[in-house]
Amino acid sequence: MRKNRVFWGAIAPLAAILSSLLLVSLILILRGVNPLEIFKVMISYGFSPRNLVSELNQTVAYYLAGVAAAIGFKMLLFNIGIDGQYRMGAFFGAVVGAAVNLPPVLHVLLIVVVAMIAGGLWAAIAGYLKVRRGVSEVISNIMLNFIAAAIIAFLLGEELLGILPEGSQNVQTRPIPVSGQMPTFKMFNGEVYSFLFVAIFVGIAYWVMLNKTVFGFNLRATGLSFRAARSSGVNAPGMIFVTTVLSGAIAGLVGIGTLLSDTHSYSMAFPSGYAFTGLALALLGRNHPVGIFFAAFLWSFLERAAPVLEYEGVPPEIVIVMQGTIVLAIVIAYEVVARINLRQQQRAVGKVNAELVIDKESK
Amino acid sequence: MMKLKKLLEIAETYHLDIDPDESLSNLGVGERQRVEIAKVLFRGAKILILDEPTAVLVPQEVTELFENLRDLVNKGLTVLFISHKLDEVLSIADDITIMRQGTTVVTKKPADTNKKELAELMVGGELPKPIAGVQNISKTSILSIKEASYSRLDGREILHDLNLDLHGGEILGLAGVEGNGQSELIELIMGLLSPTTGSVEVLGLDAAHTHTRDIRNAGVAYIPQDRQRDGLLMSAPLWENRILGHQFATPMANGIWVNKGAAAEDSKRVVEEFDVRTPGVNVLASALSGGNQQKFIVGRELSGDPKLIVAAQPTRGVDVGAQAIIWDHLMKARSHGVGILLISADLEELFSLSDRIAVIYSGSIVSILNPLNTSPEDLGLAMTGAKSA
Repeated sequence: MRKNRVFWGAIAPLAAILSSLLLVSLILILRGVNPLEIFKVMISYGFSPRNLVSELNQTVAYYLAGVAAAIGFKMLLFNIGIDGQYRMGAFFGAVVGAAVNLPPVLHVLLIVVVAMIAGGLWAAIAGYLKVRRGVSEVISNIMLNFIAAAIIAFLLGEELLGILPEGSQNVQTRPIPVSGQMPTFKMFNGEVYSFLFVAIFVGIAYWVMLNKTVFGFNLRATGLSFRAARSSGVNAPGMIFVTTVLSGAIAGLVGIGTLLSDTHSYSMAFPSGYAFTGLALALLGRNHPVGIFFAAFLWSFLERAAPVLEYEGVPPEIVIVMQGTIVLAIVIAYEVVARINLRQQQRAVGKVNAELVIDKESK
Repeated sequence: MMKLKKLLEIAETYHLDIDPDESLSNLGVGERQRVEIAKVLFRGAKILILDEPTAVLVPQEVTELFENLRDLVNKGLTVLFISHKLDEVLSIADDITIMRQGTTVVTKKPADTNKKELAELMVGGELPKPIAGVQNISKTSILSIKEASYSRLDGREILHDLNLDLHGGEILGLAGVEGNGQSELIELIMGLLSPTTGSVEVLGLDAAHTHTRDIRNAGVAYIPQDRQRDGLLMSAPLWENRILGHQFATPMANGIWVNKGAAAEDSKRVVEEFDVRTPGVNVLASALSGGNQQKFIVGRELSGDPKLIVAAQPTRGVDVGAQAIIWDHLMKARSHGVGILLISADLEELFSLSDRIAVIYSGSIVSILNPLNTSPEDLGLAMTGAKSA
């Protein structure tokens, strides 16, 4: 039974990746390049120790975005607001972290908590609008992303919370003192963020919460059937709100690895686009913490390996084609697998019924 | 423009008073109905089927509608008028056909029949007698509804001054044509809706101000009428469905944790006791047939010693064998002192199981019948709103 579950869980993502590879191969062949050559180059470049380190560090951020999206998906929420929530988390984490002086561990903990609160509160706006006013979370979150970016740009003004370091073009927040920084650890001859462990912990906590607790049961039940959950005694609208906030709180952590172990301050150079990536990764990883991890690593790997393609005469955008087709294929693959799965179960049920009939007739 | 002219012509010919320039959202229900009729006439309909058209209308609008309908018939159109209001049928129809349980029973001319006869024909010839069983009715009422009214947000009153009392050890049947407020009554009892006025007391709790989870935890079991929408997580395995509705108390919950072991164990018991045909408890609920889903729900709801069972259509869509199992369990629960509110469209079920039968019509309980000496005529008249008994 267990083996069976792992098999059915893994087959759809693998099929999606495979079909994407086939499509990309076709494009490459049409361009007159040998796809196997190209894949070989990407793998040898992407798995070189130096690149592995930066892929791992990028995986941390992608992974958290994926988990944040997955929490939403379990409630049928499309949290496209991860971008704004992550910005709010990183920015206020940086501001509060720079403003206080605390003992080392406590200082880091405070920044993490502030980031989660900032991300969660920002998501709460969309949650409130959805539950109380019936506003689709997609619409409100897209607008909240812009508003978050604008608010932060405003607050980063030099007369407010920003500074312009000498010789830099980028306004940023004041640097976080050493006590509020997180060490890196050596791996593949490089510096890997120790926030990786926080990400792993979040993944485990997410899984335990969802599958082992009553809260998680209620969350899943509401996502599966709002009415059935309500009839069973779950405060279903409340669950939608809480789930939105929770998803936002995790999204608030997306930029914290970079903040604590690398930049030590927030600036406009923090990348955008985590919402779409997070949603794609949750989809690819089937909302499962392990699946999302592989998906996040795959994404980081592809993006890291993309530039090398230019030396081979192939536009690096081929990687985006690959990512896009994976996401498209995964949606189809899941639907197919779910149908096969259901039909198998129905057949098993039918068999039990048939046996009972034969039993009765032979008596 | 041609179309507008044609529409105005139709409105003129059939005396449908409509203003083609008005926005639909500004119209009342009666006017909207006229627009609807004009629309099908515009498309060249020769036969009009109206399904309970008067349910949403006030008496004045009903009169107008009937005038319109007579006009249509006089001009050669055919109208099929579906209703359970006997007065209306008698006043508007040329022929009356009675339907019961999916077949037509008889066709009559209004001149040759009367309300009493129609009522009797609707219900059927013989009503079954109750299965006796041990009677163990307690003095205290466990469900007490006093003058409860409920209006929807759009202002329509669904329940009106409804009174109901249920004692432990008693099965109270609720008879009535569907759509007379049964669903809302159930939701009031489960704390899913709040009455606009009046009170609903369930096991000593004020249901209007008590959360559904607390009502359930106090010992209220709920078999919803729409099992797939309200009673099951279709794409979750059976053992998870066993938890649903019981996730706030032991043994399904253990503090903040879900007790999977207990859920799987007890699911197996339900599968065994209620003859649910499934290869195991890891099967998705959606893989089971409707009847087996229902048996599983009934088994689940009867677990954990409930004090009050709200059973809506408990045997709808199940085979005879499963029906016997479910009836047997309900009767057993009753002899153990459990109070059961049995909402059912199946008269055989109501009369076989109930100690008393309350009849709901247009949001109120119009009569309480004793199944031992109720004639089909009494029941039919009560269900169609003609006061009697």
